[in-house]
Amino acid sequence: MLTKNFGRNLINAFAVTAMLATTSAASTAVAQDANAVVMKNFDFAPMSITVKVGSSVTWKNLDGEPHTVTSVDGLFRSGALDQNDSFTFKFDKPGTYKYLCSIHPRMMASVVVQ
Amino acid sequence: MSSDSEVNQSRRGALKCLAFGGAGTLFLLSGGVLAPIDLALAASKKSAHAMTGTPLFLQISDTHIGFNKEANPDVAGTLKQTIDFVNAMPAKPALTIHSGDITHLSKAEEFDTASQLLSGLNITELHTVPGEHDITDGIGTEYFNRFGQASANKGYYSFDHNGVHFIALVNVMNFKPNGLGAFGDDQLAWLEQDLKGRSSSTPIVVFAHMPMWTIYEPWGWGTGDADQATSYLSRFGSVTVLNGHIHQIVQKVEGNITFHTARSTAYPQPTAGDGPGPGPLKVPSDQLAKMLGVTSVKISGHPSSAVLTDTTLG
Repeated sequence: MLTKNFGRNLINAFAVTAMLATTSAASTAVAQDANAVVMKNFDFAPMSITVKVGSSVTWKNLDGEPHTVTSVDGLFRSGALDQNDSFTFKFDKPGTYKYLCSIHPRMMASVVVQ
Repeated sequence: MSSDSEVNQSRRGALKCLAFGGAGTLFLLSGGVLAPIDLALAASKKSAHAMTGTPLFLQISDTHIGFNKEANPDVAGTLKQTIDFVNAMPAKPALTIHSGDITHLSKAEEFDTASQLLSGLNITELHTVPGEHDITDGIGTEYFNRFGQASANKGYYSFDHNGVHFIALVNVMNFKPNGLGAFGDDQLAWLEQDLKGRSSSTPIVVFAHMPMWTIYEPWGWGTGDADQATSYLSRFGSVTVLNGHIHQIVQKVEGNITFHTARSTAYPQPTAGDGPGPGPLKVPSDQLAKMLGVTSVKISGHPSSAVLTDTTLG
């Protein structure tokens, strides 16, 4: 994606800035670098991530087995993410949000929003 | 015919079958002793028939329609192969149970493909329970749209066939933080009520997706509140608990309860604790069919006993 070349040259920088300015979907793409969690070898990594209020977290499944991102309190739920599928959620309120994979519920992690 | 002669006949049949080598494994249950015996059902249908009679029902599990990774790029093909095998069985079981993970990602089109394939079975009566892969939206919309009617959309239900009481349970919708499956209080109360007043001589078959005993807790291979369920079942003389989920055969006998997990028709999984997690296991392509299969079950005699026959596709 564009984000890989972020800042490398003016054209890419311009493109990213333009995306930021347009829709929330575009800001999702940018957020992948900063607030990214992967599912790999049946774990979330990192297991705890701290983000600012109003920012998004993007999860990506790198395993050949599907996983889900399912919040314990029901706030967000990704559905099944197959290998290389992503899911993004925007956190509007401070707090600690615990979540798990509903297919492999021993996979537990949290998002801290400050 | 007395139960003794029934058992003896089975033993004679089993001994005959030993000569044919192993395409599968037979589990002969009598008096709480489970004896695995190699079985070549495909090699000698006649002998297998003589030994097992007509199976009452068939268990298919973990078809994972929608899976397309290297462990098996053609899960529809292996399910079709399974169905062809079942349709060619010399004695047709009365019904089929599917113990969950019908689909891989709970998608509508996956359920449609699965239904279309399963309709090719010439056993028309099909009973299902959901696996965790069938309800990844949390409420199982696609699953219940298709299979909810049997249970008024609760997922768990019971029915009787040929004097056997069948109980379908759901242990994939109430996960606890320890990662094990769970039934939840409502379902356990329903189970207690369902069994109340039934004669202890009624043969019971329970099926649920996740194993109803803890096989390996770090991978969530168990059901946290299964002990309460088994406490309701323990007074019955013959209880057969059939699960899927782990894509391999593991069995245990506890009193009169036989616990048994089935093979998948899609792909194998590693044995407990081997590797980072319970994902698809890639095996050499000529080995795959040997790790996929179905289970057929015969229940007979007074007191009743169950004979479980596991057969592989290769």
